[in-house]
Amino acid sequence: MAFRTNVGVAVKFTWFNLMPWPNLPDDFREKNRSVWVDIPSRLFDPVKANRVYNEYMDQLEYAEELGFDGIGCNEHHQNGYGIMPSPNIIAAGLARRTSKAAICVIGNSIALYNPPIRVAEEFAMLDCISGGRLVAGFPVGTPMDTNFCYGQIPALTRDKYYEGHELIMRAWAEDEPFAFDGKYNQLRYVNCWPKPIQKPHPPVYIPGGGSIETWDFCLDHDYNYSYLSFGGYLAGKKLLDGYWDQVAARDKDDSPYRAAFAQIIAVADSDAEAEELYAEHILYFFNRCLHVYPGFSDPPGYRTISTIKAGVLDQLRAENMRVFSNLTWKDLVDGGYVIAGGPDTVIDRMKEMITTLRLGHVFCLMHNGNQPDWKTRYSTKLFAEKVMPQLRNMWPEYDGDDRWWIHPLEDRVRADETMAAARRHPQLPTEAAE
Amino acid sequence: MADSTDGSPNGSPNGLPNGSTRGSTKGSTNGSTATSPFERIVVTTRRGIDSEVLVTGPSDGTPVVALHGFTGHLGGEVMLATLAEQGLRVHAPVWPGYSDSVGETEIDDMLDFALHGGDVIAALGLGPSNGFAPVDLIGHSMGAMIAAEMVALAPYGYGKLVLISPLGLWLKDHPITDIFTQLPFEFPGLLFHDVAVGTELLAGGGVDFNDPQAIQRFLIGNSRRLGTAGKILFPIPNRRLSKRLYRITNPTLLLWGDDDRLLPRPYADAWSTALAHAERQTIEAAGHMAPYEQPASVAAALATFLTA
Repeated sequence: MAFRTNVGVAVKFTWFNLMPWPNLPDDFREKNRSVWVDIPSRLFDPVKANRVYNEYMDQLEYAEELGFDGIGCNEHHQNGYGIMPSPNIIAAGLARRTSKAAICVIGNSIALYNPPIRVAEEFAMLDCISGGRLVAGFPVGTPMDTNFCYGQIPALTRDKYYEGHELIMRAWAEDEPFAFDGKYNQLRYVNCWPKPIQKPHPPVYIPGGGSIETWDFCLDHDYNYSYLSFGGYLAGKKLLDGYWDQVAARDKDDSPYRAAFAQIIAVADSDAEAEELYAEHILYFFNRCLHVYPGFSDPPGYRTISTIKAGVLDQLRAENMRVFSNLTWKDLVDGGYVIAGGPDTVIDRMKEMITTLRLGHVFCLMHNGNQPDWKTRYSTKLFAEKVMPQLRNMWPEYDGDDRWWIHPLEDRVRADETMAAARRHPQLPTEAAE
Repeated sequence: MADSTDGSPNGSPNGLPNGSTRGSTKGSTNGSTATSPFERIVVTTRRGIDSEVLVTGPSDGTPVVALHGFTGHLGGEVMLATLAEQGLRVHAPVWPGYSDSVGETEIDDMLDFALHGGDVIAALGLGPSNGFAPVDLIGHSMGAMIAAEMVALAPYGYGKLVLISPLGLWLKDHPITDIFTQLPFEFPGLLFHDVAVGTELLAGGGVDFNDPQAIQRFLIGNSRRLGTAGKILFPIPNRRLSKRLYRITNPTLLLWGDDDRLLPRPYADAWSTALAHAERQTIEAAGHMAPYEQPASVAAALATFLTA
């Protein structure tokens, strides 16, 4: 088959950090109606954020050291569980400080960029700086971010998104300036400068939360469909089943690499130790970080009629989120919201998830809530060393299918090496060259 | 109101209106209930949008066009029926998104709404484009916002103007409640002086929240109605109408419920300032939904103004 260009390609693991604010007070739920949109900004402490941001970026770099295939970031606004309104800033830091892992920006909410050519430019910059390691995510965006924080009209959001996508992809493809007369964007001279290294474009991932239009959009363009939820793999199966049904209906091959799924994972020496180490932090995430006011979750017009008719409801729906507050650690583990335990337990459940959801890509949510750095590193290291190797070759029939993965330059710049060499340049005066 | 018998979208933001004006969505027919004074017709605009219009009153009565607000018709439309009893020929178009027709895909912004309103009047055979006198306009809430825009765009195309609790202005010192974050049970208290009356009117035929199909119909209808309204009301219901209000010199009546919790008194004052020539009246014991809470008082005020 044509895609078998890179034999050895196997299930890919991307270490993801949502970057939650770890200092929400104990009585956050009682005193505030929402962790998102109108969370009081006085709860944000910029001085503490100096350490938080750097710690989170350190962890992403550490994941590359341990052999994760990708490191991931995403975009949320006015959100207590995501202090990353601009993932491209984080990705830029990672592009300089890493050299092997895919930089997965999942992604830029293109309807929010004015004009969206900005996304084409910044993603191209990231691809150039990283030597062709960018995975480009294009979410429609949640109602909280897109409508309530950034003021986009719900009923027009998807239309604007499609137009932004058309503009970006055309800007990457064309080699001459062109005029773009859109409904939302009128640009007389579209001329993407710089261009991405990866041709025809970096791998595109479309994160979805349950809109069935997104399935067809992915299949129309052969993009990866990434189901991002916090409901876990057991709840996610219903939606992924719908996606795979649509893949079959569209007569596409069923390569598992068409799909990605985000899963909260925590590994310890034993199941008991996992609960002891991680329960309080993961419960912090579910009980405080997902405390979203129901009125923000589904503005009329955002969801299309066909999605409502399909009865596929987003995991972020208010009624689902309210359930989270009543869950215990046992509920979280038994319900598949969390895959946690000793390595053997995690291997078994990961295999079940990868097989039943038919996944070629897993976004590993391994820093959760207010989990301290050492625990995150401990869990991450155990996963990389004891779990990940057991999960690599689960799709032998699609071995080598790298259609949805990066194709970096073989001879790409490593910033640490070039900086050292630059300091030693023979033509520099001795004092300047140290 | 936008209910139908085929499982199509129905209801107001958080419930079903009663079906007293329910009828065929094609052609011309009497209302399906014996007591309804309304005829429901469908006109096709020159743009090609099928639009439902409720019509009542003597065929030789002075025509008046009434534009509903963001809730849609709640059912019964007692105020409009009462107005027709005063000898007026009342035409009440249903906005795209609020009925079975799917014209809302053609409506993106304020200009589209305003032109569509004019197109429906032309399709009804009324007004100067058909060789008749300018038609009088009544608007309520979002409908008043659009009515003001229509008149500002074409002042000589319309006669008298009645604005009942119009949306469309934004006072930074008095930010109004965000209707797009309201939960269903919060609407009666926001929109009505008498919460019990509001609950009953908005619940209308009722939604059985134990019935998944009923919930789905409600969600679809709600999504279409408020999704369409959001094109001019989200996130802030200000489409710079204030820049154009100076063009309105038509005789104007401003009507306001004395307990409008969505648009409190400073908004009435702002409209009075912008339209200095306008007459202003307050309806007692009424909230934002004055035409439904006090239909007799509102109809009496309108009849006096329109027939003077």
